[in-house]
Amino acid sequence: MSANEFYSLRVNGKTHQVQDSWVGESLLYVLRERLGLPGTKGACEQGECGSCTVLMDDAAVCACLVMAATAINSEIVTVEGITTDSTLTDVQQSFVDEGAVQCGFCTPGLIVAVHHLLEKNPQPSEFEVKEAISGNICRCTGYGRVFAAVEATIRSRNAGK
Amino acid sequence: MTVIVAKELTTALAALREHDDARLIQGGTDLMVEINFNHVKPTTMVSLRDVEALRTIRTDTAGILTIGSGVPYSVIEGEPVLSAIPALAQAARTVGSPQIRAAGSLGGNLGTCSPAGDTLPVMFALDAMIHLNTLDSSRVVSIHDFMTGVKRSVRQHDEIITAIDFPIVRGWQGYSKVGVRNAMVISVASACLVADLENANVRIALGSVGPTIIRCRESEAWLKSTQDLSAGQSISIDVANEFGRRAAAESSPIDDHRSTAEYRRHAISVLASRLLRKAYQ
Repeated sequence: MSANEFYSLRVNGKTHQVQDSWVGESLLYVLRERLGLPGTKGACEQGECGSCTVLMDDAAVCACLVMAATAINSEIVTVEGITTDSTLTDVQQSFVDEGAVQCGFCTPGLIVAVHHLLEKNPQPSEFEVKEAISGNICRCTGYGRVFAAVEATIRSRNAGK
Repeated sequence: MTVIVAKELTTALAALREHDDARLIQGGTDLMVEINFNHVKPTTMVSLRDVEALRTIRTDTAGILTIGSGVPYSVIEGEPVLSAIPALAQAARTVGSPQIRAAGSLGGNLGTCSPAGDTLPVMFALDAMIHLNTLDSSRVVSIHDFMTGVKRSVRQHDEIITAIDFPIVRGWQGYSKVGVRNAMVISVASACLVADLENANVRIALGSVGPTIIRCRESEAWLKSTQDLSAGQSISIDVANEFGRRAAAESSPIDDHRSTAEYRRHAISVLASRLLRKAYQ
């Protein structure tokens, strides 16, 4: 397949047409500026900060490092697609409850990374949690409250079983 | 600009023949940074993301693990690589972050050919062989001949790196690197050490301390001529430190924005010494 100005992407379970774009654009840019999905944040645009973390074929990746036109055969899930109803997920609620949100810029990327971790590994060790979010930079919280939010999510999920 | 998303290797190879301006993209962790910052403006891109043939790990040849160039580091960190080539799994786990490891691959490390490429010292220490294919030919090149300089290799425009052969060696092996923190770090200095108990020798290769990866052949020869390197032996701290000094002397680092030549030499002496002691403790 050759992608020129028109191609389509599967995002959050729906097929979206991408039009009038330059085909070298990153997935991050296309999500935010072409498809109206601004939940995914852009900061470093070099894969360092993790604020643009999305799921691509069930792997957490930096959307800034994906050329959008190469993702035509992939299923993409953004922070907007983590849940289908309008309430917060348990991970999001734990971030609120534990004060793991300050400026909020890293939050969508962290939410996606934590959802992905707990889906793959429901009972992660402290080390595994640290490794899983090592690609998400937060300059406000010092991470302590983020770890507390992850722990709170695991506790509530365990209690619910 | 055109993007060709290949599903078959032959589609990608044909595209390279057809377009002199074509650039290959696998995980995108290097190239997309250059594109995002307008350092390069490619006109034709050939994406290997969906070429399944590049994402296999094979053991058809006895004593050799063949890893497809597109296998992501997130897979290389685990089995079967972890047991067969532990130094490679270790090096893979030090690459970037989980997000980067889900995208990056050995083919990308080789294609970019930076002296700081984390998995390259492992290939040099293990004498890995690189498979290169064109539409109508194929060749296998030793890693020692493949990398020719900073971001330079013998890969021709119409060639695709398809797989890498890693010999399975009996004995301890490990990879260490020095950087400002654990995650998301481009190494200031790195080293891979392989103890080959069958042949009673030790190989060591250094990253980020020269224009190419450096195999410390003189240090290896000195160690073999003075020590018994077969199974069950131990190495004294003095010998390990002398080995470290000799390995550092074989490095050829520079001062740059990441560190100084002096610090890099010191880091290599410590890494080499520690790796050797771990191999024979």
